[in-house]
Amino acid sequence: MNIVVSLKQTFDTEAKIVLTGGKIDATGVNVVINPYDEFAIEEALKLKEKFGGEVTVVSVGGDKVEASIRTALAMGCDQGVLVNDPTLENVDEWAVAEILAKAVAQIPYDLILAGRIAVDDGSSQVAVRLADSLNLPSVSSILKLDIEGDKATVVREIDGGTETLELSIPAVLTAQKGLNEPRYPSMMGIMKAKKKELKVLTLADLGISAADVASKMSAPKFSLPTPRTAGKKMSGEPAEQAAELAKLLREEAKVI
Amino acid sequence: MAKGIWIIVEQTKLEIRKVSLELLSQARTIADKTGEPLVAVILGKGIADLAKTVAEYGADKVILVDDDKLADYTTGAYTSALNKIIRKEEPQAVLLGNTAIGKDLAPRLAHRLGVGMASDCTGMEYDEANFLTFKRPIYGGKAFAEVTANARPILATIRPNTFPVVAKASQPEVVNETAEIDAADLRAIVKEIALVASARPELIEANVIISGGRGMKGPENYVILEACADVIGAAVGASRAAVDAGWIEQKFQVGQTGKTVSPTLYIACGISGAIQHLAGMGSSKVIVAINKDPEANIFTLADYGIVGDLFEIVPLLTEEFKKLG
Ligand SMILES: Cc1cc2nc3c(=O)[nH]c(=O)nc-3n(C[C@H](O)[C@H](O)[C@H](O)COP(=O)(O)OP(=O)(O)OC[C@H]3O[C@@H](n4cnc5c(N)ncnc54)[C@H](O)[C@@H]3O)c2cc1C
Ligand SMILES: Nc1ncnc2c1ncn2[C@@H]1O[C@H](COP(=O)(O)O)[C@@H](O)[C@H]1O
Repeated sequence: MNIVVSLKQTFDTEAKIVLTGGKIDATGVNVVINPYDEFAIEEALKLKEKFGGEVTVVSVGGDKVEASIRTALAMGCDQGVLVNDPTLENVDEWAVAEILAKAVAQIPYDLILAGRIAVDDGSSQVAVRLADSLNLPSVSSILKLDIEGDKATVVREIDGGTETLELSIPAVLTAQKGLNEPRYPSMMGIMKAKKKELKVLTLADLGISAADVASKMSAPKFSLPTPRTAGKKMSGEPAEQAAELAKLLREEAKVI
Repeated sequence: MAKGIWIIVEQTKLEIRKVSLELLSQARTIADKTGEPLVAVILGKGIADLAKTVAEYGADKVILVDDDKLADYTTGAYTSALNKIIRKEEPQAVLLGNTAIGKDLAPRLAHRLGVGMASDCTGMEYDEANFLTFKRPIYGGKAFAEVTANARPILATIRPNTFPVVAKASQPEVVNETAEIDAADLRAIVKEIALVASARPELIEANVIISGGRGMKGPENYVILEACADVIGAAVGASRAAVDAGWIEQKFQVGQTGKTVSPTLYIACGISGAIQHLAGMGSSKVIVAINKDPEANIFTLADYGIVGDLFEIVPLLTEEFKKLG
């Protein structure tokens, strides 16, 4: 079974966000594989161990993303594809999905796995859009996956519980925390990863131009939140503190 | 003629979700400013009665799409049905709640329509040039992005608890549309839905949340939070440390790799206030911290704090809340 995993490189979740000239400044920021994409990678590797086949990691991004793809290869993925084009700035989710669709179409696959959300832009759009572009069924936020022949049974998270669905593959499934525990790359894996293929493609290689994937959304205007500050601390004996807090929540904050 | 602001109304077991009422309420104010009609769209099976509910929140028109194939939400069937109606009626804007369904449906629909979309917005303003401008937290709330759409319809999902529910009676025209669902869109079949019956509100929609972290010390102690929650009608949440320790289920986790919540009041008990936890609750209106460490980061942003042992403070607080009635 051949599997494609879409991987986005994101800032480390600890990263401090700095704006320079109105743009998010990546200088000195640690980058990682989007945490949810790690679940997708892990699931793909488990399926590969069970059924054989190859796992291809696909990403749209800049030069730095090669390091994250290498990490995925070190975890056990077989090859990587990076669409890296100088014209790609401020692309929206529609555009990324269309580019991914073109890249994925060149790879044989039986299943596509992605993260349920990227922790940087927090969109939860690209994977579902990719499914639509490829005319595939999709299920978001999966907690469990079983595959038998061309049938997949998935448990997905919904508000207030879970839902079990059956669908035929190929399909796009997005991973939620709880699906598995991602492995760490082994020393051996890191050595092997260096020799694995990482194809870097431009839009032209995919037969599209920047105009074909012009964003549907305006370029975002960024701002930083006004930081929250320390408020009131209660004083006195524990019972007095509790009483004071309840009173303030009722009378001052008016939230109880 | 104006083409309308559409709210895709979400229902669970024929009960309308609170976030849909929030969207109707807020969109009503935009409809009043612009003269655009406010349209509530309800999909499902046996939903006719829900038109009465949306009429209490100012809808000018209700579109009902009642079909056996829409009984349970599936991405394919809902996208197919909405895509056709939207292409026919050409609304200006289509808004959904940022719920499990909204997050799945909106991007699929947006792509089918060939348009952009703003996800998980915490702000929405009318302006003449763009019709709607959205503000959305990114990087776990460490920054905001303001976006507008270049194409129509404008699609967006709005974070629950962003806007207040405001009742406003109306007498909407009710229209029935047929669901034309393409066979290709019926490829995923719902086998089972397991909803956990709970008297407490759903985490992402709760007005008040009381959360426990590593300071809870064990699974048996969540009863302390539950007792408090039941007095004030709160939902219970947790930090990742508590979830990873196996004390409480993943679905209660708040944060970067958990739920994003925006309650009126968030009470953090035995939670240090790590950046990844703040990513999930930083947009709460009022934050209370109960922590025995006066240096805990959570105190640097809590509106109210008690330095003390949660095992002592929380039960006392529960008693105080009872007294408030
Ligand atoms: C990629 C990534 C994603 C993450 N996602 C999330 C996420 O979604 N959600 C999340 O929460 N975390 C997340 N984390 C983890 C996060 O970094 C913290 O480790 C976690 O939030 C800590 O949880 P905590 O505050 O409960 O525990 P701790 O940091 O250990 O804090 C426990 C607190 O309890 C206090 N305490 C102890 N006993 C008592 C008592 N008796 N009474 C009162 N106070 C007491 C202590 O003083 C301390 O401040 C993520 C981390 C990474 C790297
Ligand atoms: N630039 C990208 N390259 C590859 N995959 C991506 C990219 N952006 C998003 N994705 C995939 O889509 C998922 C959801 O991302 P998002 O819609 O940005 O929240 C991610 O977890 C990735 O699997």
